[in-house]
Amino acid sequence: MADIFAYIEHNQGVVDDTALELLAAAKKIFPDAPVTAIVMGSGGDVDKVANEMTASYNAVWKVDNAAFSFPDAEAARKALVNILPGDCVLLLPHAHFGMDLSPGLSIKLDSVFLSDVVDSEGLDGNTLKVIRQEFSGQVSTHVHADISNGAVINVRPGVFQPDESKAGGGDVVDKSGDIGDVSVKRKYLETVQAEAGEVDITKSEVLVSVGRGVEEEDNIEMMFDLAEAMGADVSCSRPIVDAKWLEKARQVGTSGQTVKPKVYMALGISGSFQHMGGVKGNPFIIAINKNPKAPIFQMADVGVEANILEFVPELTEKIKEL
Amino acid sequence: MEPLLQSPAAFDVFGIPTVIFSVLIPVVAVALFAYIIAKRLAPIVKARPDYRFDRPVERVKNILKIWLAQWRHPRYMMAGVLHIIIFFGFLILSVRSTELVIKGISEGFVFPGLNTFLGDIYYTLKDYAATAVFFAVVIAAVRRGIFKPERYQYTEAYPHDHTWEALLVLFFIAALMVSESLFEACHVAAQIQAGIQPDFLAPATLGWFFKNLLVDESHAMLQNLHIIAYYTHDIVFFTFLCFLPLGKHFHVITSIFNVFFMRLDKGNIRPVRYGVSEDQLDDLESFGVKKYEDFTWKDVLDFYTCADCGRCADNCPANTVGRPLSPRFISLKARDYAFSHYPLMGEFVSGGALIGDIFSEDEIWSCTTCGACEEECPLGIEYINKIVDLRRGMVDEGNVPQSLQKPLQSLEKRGNPYGMMEKKRADWTKELEDVEVKVLEKGETAETLYFVDSCTSYDDRMQSVAQANARILCAAGIDFGILGKAEKDSGNEIRRFGEEMLFQDIKAHNTEAIQNSGVKRIVTGDPHAYNVLKNEYTGLPPVEHISQVILQAVKSGKIKLSGVTEEEKDKVFVYHDPCYLGRHNKMYEEPRSSIDCIPGIRRVDMLRSRDRSFCCGGGGLMLFYEPTEDERMGVRRVKMAQQAGAHVIVTACPFCLTNIEDGIKVAGLEGKMEAIDLGELIAKHIIK
Amino acid sequence: MEILVCVKRVPDTAENEIEINSEGNDIERDDLVYSVNEWDNYAVEEAIQIVDKVGGSVTVATVGDEESEEVLRREMAMGAQNGLLLTDDAFEGADGKGIASILTAAVKKGNYDLILTGAQADDGAAEVGGMMAAMLDVPYASLVNTIEVQDGKLKIGREVEGGNQDMYEVEMPCVLSIQTGINEPRYVGIRGIRKVASVEIPEQGASDLGIDASNVGGDAAKVKRIDYFVPEMGEGAEMLEGSTEEIIEKLVEYLKAKGGLK
Repeated sequence: MADIFAYIEHNQGVVDDTALELLAAAKKIFPDAPVTAIVMGSGGDVDKVANEMTASYNAVWKVDNAAFSFPDAEAARKALVNILPGDCVLLLPHAHFGMDLSPGLSIKLDSVFLSDVVDSEGLDGNTLKVIRQEFSGQVSTHVHADISNGAVINVRPGVFQPDESKAGGGDVVDKSGDIGDVSVKRKYLETVQAEAGEVDITKSEVLVSVGRGVEEEDNIEMMFDLAEAMGADVSCSRPIVDAKWLEKARQVGTSGQTVKPKVYMALGISGSFQHMGGVKGNPFIIAINKNPKAPIFQMADVGVEANILEFVPELTEKIKEL
Repeated sequence: MEPLLQSPAAFDVFGIPTVIFSVLIPVVAVALFAYIIAKRLAPIVKARPDYRFDRPVERVKNILKIWLAQWRHPRYMMAGVLHIIIFFGFLILSVRSTELVIKGISEGFVFPGLNTFLGDIYYTLKDYAATAVFFAVVIAAVRRGIFKPERYQYTEAYPHDHTWEALLVLFFIAALMVSESLFEACHVAAQIQAGIQPDFLAPATLGWFFKNLLVDESHAMLQNLHIIAYYTHDIVFFTFLCFLPLGKHFHVITSIFNVFFMRLDKGNIRPVRYGVSEDQLDDLESFGVKKYEDFTWKDVLDFYTCADCGRCADNCPANTVGRPLSPRFISLKARDYAFSHYPLMGEFVSGGALIGDIFSEDEIWSCTTCGACEEECPLGIEYINKIVDLRRGMVDEGNVPQSLQKPLQSLEKRGNPYGMMEKKRADWTKELEDVEVKVLEKGETAETLYFVDSCTSYDDRMQSVAQANARILCAAGIDFGILGKAEKDSGNEIRRFGEEMLFQDIKAHNTEAIQNSGVKRIVTGDPHAYNVLKNEYTGLPPVEHISQVILQAVKSGKIKLSGVTEEEKDKVFVYHDPCYLGRHNKMYEEPRSSIDCIPGIRRVDMLRSRDRSFCCGGGGLMLFYEPTEDERMGVRRVKMAQQAGAHVIVTACPFCLTNIEDGIKVAGLEGKMEAIDLGELIAKHIIK
Repeated sequence: MEILVCVKRVPDTAENEIEINSEGNDIERDDLVYSVNEWDNYAVEEAIQIVDKVGGSVTVATVGDEESEEVLRREMAMGAQNGLLLTDDAFEGADGKGIASILTAAVKKGNYDLILTGAQADDGAAEVGGMMAAMLDVPYASLVNTIEVQDGKLKIGREVEGGNQDMYEVEMPCVLSIQTGINEPRYVGIRGIRKVASVEIPEQGASDLGIDASNVGGDAAKVKRIDYFVPEMGEGAEMLEGSTEEIIEKLVEYLKAKGGLK
């Protein structure tokens, strides 16, 4: 049985949600195998994260090096090639870091790469059976991979329920000395922060989207209250921008922004295809509309037939109580 | 008896005979004028060809109606009447002014014929004309200088105020009228003083007024005034002449030519290049207008001719809702460009790309090709062809807004802008239980083809229009069918968008499909399809709009319509003219008459209706792209209908219906107003 | 600067539901139309803009059959100077690594300073660029949304969470995978495509590239797509019923479960 690893993403000592999702994914694929967490970073953050991971993982490898004060996939790849055993399986979140790191790592390890995995049907000999999605999630595929030489698996964040069992109890092993030369030809300069005050709804994970059902400009505030309580951003449909109640940057649709949230709450939006054309990535759609025949209900996962002007304040209240 | 006044031909000042000036002034001025005109002709000569010498009878008719009879002027009553007075004054006084110029050289010159009774009539007429012109000019100056009507405003888009020019020219004209009258009044006053029978001066004219003022003045005074008035007239006259080609008053010279060469047909777009056939288009190095010299000579003549009257912009829906387009500024900017790159003195300079220099992309994409500007222009200036040619240039450079690229690619690959599958084009017939719609494929044929077009075929809301139209055709006993998946977008908007080759492909495809179907006529409910099939396709059977079919069927008794329902009884209906049915094809009455066939219906018209209809803002691909604007055109239009007291807006175009229904919602008038397609309204009332 | 852009022909699935064929081994392709992968199109535009600024030439390459030539032509109509069709029966069934190997062989036969790919494709795994970089042993960056040429190096930005952008300085040669939105790709009309219709596009197979066909084709593929299926989907939305309080309770549960509350 190959050694199983999970790459733990963290941001200045704060562990990413995917840390325990990867554990769940690993256990689904290899039910009885021990899983080792890999924590890379620089300074005290590494120890903090590594220690935190010992509760869940069977072992934790930490790499403490100034090169990883910023998560640099190029350097990480070089280090991983040196410390990982042959034929191992490494799981990572399929996000901007994993996308940068993994394809090349699989080549360097001479193993297979599985991208954006959403589910697993387990192992059959050396054949790993996973499920992926294509065409923006419109269709799914069964993918079989020969992992006899190991595998790098990018797991879609948010699809596996985090493994909160804390059944790890492993030790921290310092691998900092084994990483070898991690100098790279791609030098990190800086991170440019998104402009403050301006919301980029294309990056939002949760959107409270306002449509014509809001009726009057004064009611927009009510929707912001809900969004704030949920930790969401506010987007809208075309008529709201036309009425100049919200700025153009918040408009979802073919003539506006294309958004890829996890949750899309459509408030008083009928759901024209021009509008829904801007909603991609198969989010969980909640529709609230007073018209039971509104097409949005055909596209939504959950629907509520209600006047948003009456329903939303009550919902906001409830969420604030949580 | 005191001698009469010496004429300018015989006078001398400080021993110099003034006749020298009488000769020199015209000679120098005419030479200067010829030089300026020669320079002005340069960009016209360098421009692309334009075929404008066909159908001379129609062209002369246009001159008589639009130029001579000033047909379009009273559409703006105040300004129009003032212009008509000045225009006819000019025509009448041109003879007199020429006579005066010659009089300065040859004393006592009179045009042949004017020494008869005709002269008595003419001189009386010109006295009144000069007086009328004088007062018209004074009113115009007050209007322009003090009241400043909004349509003359200059904005950031064109920050060069020309008001001074307008006022200067008004001053010139006033000076001409006064000096001419004064010249004659001095002469008559001298005659009276001399006790001889004075020449007739029509009462209550400027000349008559001056005569009464001067009759007691000294002879020397009269003599001096006589000469001063003469040379004032002479100098102003020739200064004015040379001033004309320097600005917006060039139209005084160019208008007659511009009207002669104006477009005769509506609803069409000019070819990519005159003299290059459709199959040779692939050989062209470049498409459309990219630099100034890509314009045709008629375009340049248009630019020269613009009088900056602002009527186009006043009627332009894009300008009205605050989009970055004003047709007037297109002309003004292009004229300024010609003047600066083809200067009166110095070398001609070839400029670079027009887009980004004098025109902005958004400005050119802002046009809906509704044609309101061209309908209004009293000088026959065209905009649609230029806009389309500028777009052709941008498309050729790959410079197309991102939001429009998807629809265009879908049109190329799927024949509709939505990217829907071809096989779903006839899906609207599935829910139509009461009517069987034949699909004309595999040898199936019918007498009439119902050409549905993309919007009506695919848009959920508009499919109900297709169903209504099918019911009407069925009720009228017409043997009809559709092309189904063999139908592609009619291409009206594609062409106007500037994607000529795609249009040519689509046109060839549809033409073949229609010809193969063996139909004898085509009926469509979409004015855009109607326009392009009728005016830009060739080799097709006759094309009719559904409103023509309705009217015919009702009149012949094939269709009987029930009276207004309980619900409709208290409602007022208004008809919104779609641009491509109305202005571009002059079909104003059929849809109205069709509505009026419903017994008991109450219908009103909006202030802006028929050829002054206000575009909904839809025009095909504009559904996918909107430049910055303060208000949507559809909303503006709905408010106009509301002002007219209407509750139901009836239209006959799927784009209009989309935009007006949206407009009603955005304007917050849901429940108070509604929109319906003509076909839907009629289908509802058919008695089975 | 010599730039190679790797492009892919993909079904254009916008606005139409994808259906699975009766065997379940592929999507229903009869009524599909194809176009260049959207991300690749941005990559080509970026390459053209770089060459416009600093000189050089752009080559577009694809691995595919004769039909893939159409996408090469479209990209050449945009302004890429050369096309390169990598085609061989032996390439059939290649997995991502196989495609990356074929493209890498093509890169090695040329002399490129910069290799661009799209960040991902609708039917892909966002993997080829990173694999090529590893095979070539050159730097790689994914999700690139800005490129600036500075003194023989590139200053690039990567799109990361929250709308932030990580800036790097990268030595050339390198492989970058391009994110949409990096530029505004120019429009290519029928006229543009016709202009390049008769341009000869060289084809190269396994032997031309000097690769062992058995290492890149279907037999060598270790990652295989077995079938397609449509994930379970209900008939429209689940309508929440009951009193407002009950509805809100259920809704909050859903929000919690789906990550709609922070």
